[in-house]
Amino acid sequence: MPAGITPVVMPKWGLSMKEGKVVGWLVADGEDIAVGTELMDVETDKINGAVEATDAGRLRRRVAEEGRTYPVKALLGVLADETVGDAEIDAFIGAYVVPADDEDGEAEGGYDAVEVDGIRVRYSRQGAGGATAVLLHGFGGDLDNWLFNTAPLAAVADVVALDLPGHGQSDIALPGPSVEALAAFVAAVLDRLDIRRAHLVGHSLGAAVAAQLALDHPDRVAGLVLIAPAGFGPEINMDYIDGFVRAAGKKDLKAVLGQLFADESLVTRPLVDGVLRYKRLDGVGELLEALAAGLFPAGRQAAQPGRSLDPRSVPVTVVWGSDDRVIPVAHADAVPDGAAVVVLEKAGHMVQMERAGEVNELLLAQLG
Amino acid sequence: MARTITMREAINEALDQEMARDESVILMGEDIVGGAGSPGEDDAWGGVLGVTKGLYAKYGRERLLDTPLSESAYIGAAIGAATCGLRPVAELMFIDFMGVCFDQIFNQAAKFRYMFGGKAETPVTIRCMVGAGFRAAAQHSQMLTPIFTHIPGLKVVCPSTPYDTKGLLAASIRDNDPVIFCEHKAMYDTSGDVPEGSYTIPLGEAEVVREGADCTVVAYGLMVHRALEAAELLSTESIECEVVDLRTLSPLDLDTVLESVERTGRLVCVDEATPRCNIAADISAQVAQQAFSALRAGIEMVTAPHTPVPFSPVLEDAYVPSAAKVASAVRRTLGKE
Repeated sequence: MPAGITPVVMPKWGLSMKEGKVVGWLVADGEDIAVGTELMDVETDKINGAVEATDAGRLRRRVAEEGRTYPVKALLGVLADETVGDAEIDAFIGAYVVPADDEDGEAEGGYDAVEVDGIRVRYSRQGAGGATAVLLHGFGGDLDNWLFNTAPLAAVADVVALDLPGHGQSDIALPGPSVEALAAFVAAVLDRLDIRRAHLVGHSLGAAVAAQLALDHPDRVAGLVLIAPAGFGPEINMDYIDGFVRAAGKKDLKAVLGQLFADESLVTRPLVDGVLRYKRLDGVGELLEALAAGLFPAGRQAAQPGRSLDPRSVPVTVVWGSDDRVIPVAHADAVPDGAAVVVLEKAGHMVQMERAGEVNELLLAQLG
Repeated sequence: MARTITMREAINEALDQEMARDESVILMGEDIVGGAGSPGEDDAWGGVLGVTKGLYAKYGRERLLDTPLSESAYIGAAIGAATCGLRPVAELMFIDFMGVCFDQIFNQAAKFRYMFGGKAETPVTIRCMVGAGFRAAAQHSQMLTPIFTHIPGLKVVCPSTPYDTKGLLAASIRDNDPVIFCEHKAMYDTSGDVPEGSYTIPLGEAEVVREGADCTVVAYGLMVHRALEAAELLSTESIECEVVDLRTLSPLDLDTVLESVERTGRLVCVDEATPRCNIAADISAQVAQQAFSALRAGIEMVTAPHTPVPFSPVLEDAYVPSAAKVASAVRRTLGKE
């Protein structure tokens, strides 16, 4: 690559992403770009999101045309300082070849499955090696909740994202309707995948599961990043939980999912479709009802493992959105001393999607 | 986990899973066990298109009945069995042959619930191939969906993707009313992501398959793909179409169509059926009645011409609405053609 030139390329949000459509640019030619600046809106068959700059520099050329679809890693723009001439930039664009997409190839796009106690769960594993990070989604979620996080993490670590039992494309079955049972199940999955020790990254219910696993098996947890976590207090928005369990059509579901975000425009059609497909599987309705009844008897969180964590023995980072409408940000006060607590303003419950850039920085810092 | 399978496989999987789930589900039809050229029961073809392949080995002669070439007899038998506690799925091969069993379908199956004061149910599903493009001439190529939507008491389904096909077929089989399940014969090899586990999609729920602000395009079956093709083409002209896939024709999800037209102010109805009293005409009339004030242009219909389906391949291709014709209709609503 010529000195001083940094390409902006189509990101890969999730293993199955092959291409994305550039909906519109959010910055102008000639603008100075900082790391994390939102450059353009991109739409995929799963999700819509903003491409954030991973490098700083002046945007010398907007290569991608609005409304056009580009493969992953295609050149979308060129960052370069003023010492680089236009002719050099033209030459760079002309010579750019989209690198092969090396992370998939298998029919299922890099997903795999592992069976524990007769329950088969789906997971993805990607990355450079080094420390292992295991990503655990929340109630009703799936590993696609980490679409904006897995690729940046995989650049420095071995990243495993799991569909919890009864969720996503795992079998519709539960080891038990409790945080404890789910934590024991995840520990067994780690055994099966030969993961001795890992950083656990949990969102919402997944954070309570991660905390419980750290209490039960402290030797296996190198660190915890708990995002909008359950397990730090009794309150939980049961309107959301009940609404999610009951929603039968797209309109109901869209309204319910809106509560997950500070900016409800992030609840896009592919997002709602994906959740509805899951919810329509035989047995999911009953399973979610049983799980909600076990986790939240009388509308309160039964398990609060987070309060028993000892951040002196295992590093803990807690991230919350100030506008979380599912689990109140006030629970951050119950986080034991010694943990790093970060509250992101104007973010909702899905912090890792809504504020992916900032959350990724925290994750990378924790992984070292 | 989800994987990519064809519409043919999606139908087979729905039948398989519903038979496993409920032992009152039986299959009936011409050659659904064997089929032309089949070497024998152990290696049965599973119908002329192999849709029911493998099910005979799994569920046996008690639950897969190869019937004589007499639609009036076995459709009547399926309807009778449905009233007596079974849940038959009858394959009628081509919708064009439905004519010889009109009494059984229109005057018996469709009427029982009503005439017995709700005490009788007829949980029968009649699967059939619809549509042109198979070089199968005028008696094997029709899109006769409107004939069935005309009859109160029948449900009518016509999916456009493998995912919808599996979920809607499962819902049709579990439904306690007679369902005419229409499979477009040009789409058996189309593929898409389908979960392995069973699931249902409610009958009577349309799907917005593409969002756009300028014009609503309503379609079903194969025409959904023509509409989407047109939408992609028009997008390069800065015209954004919203495409609504009806999926179920009875009951009809008019709300989704009306909400879309209220946003876009323009409507193009695409229907492979001939134009008189077809689904496009029905939607057009209902939108004109209920959302006239939202319309900013006259409603356009893109349909087959009012003729039999031609045998000449060139004429048959011209007969079926094309993406280009849909695109022209959209441009007309915008005053651009």
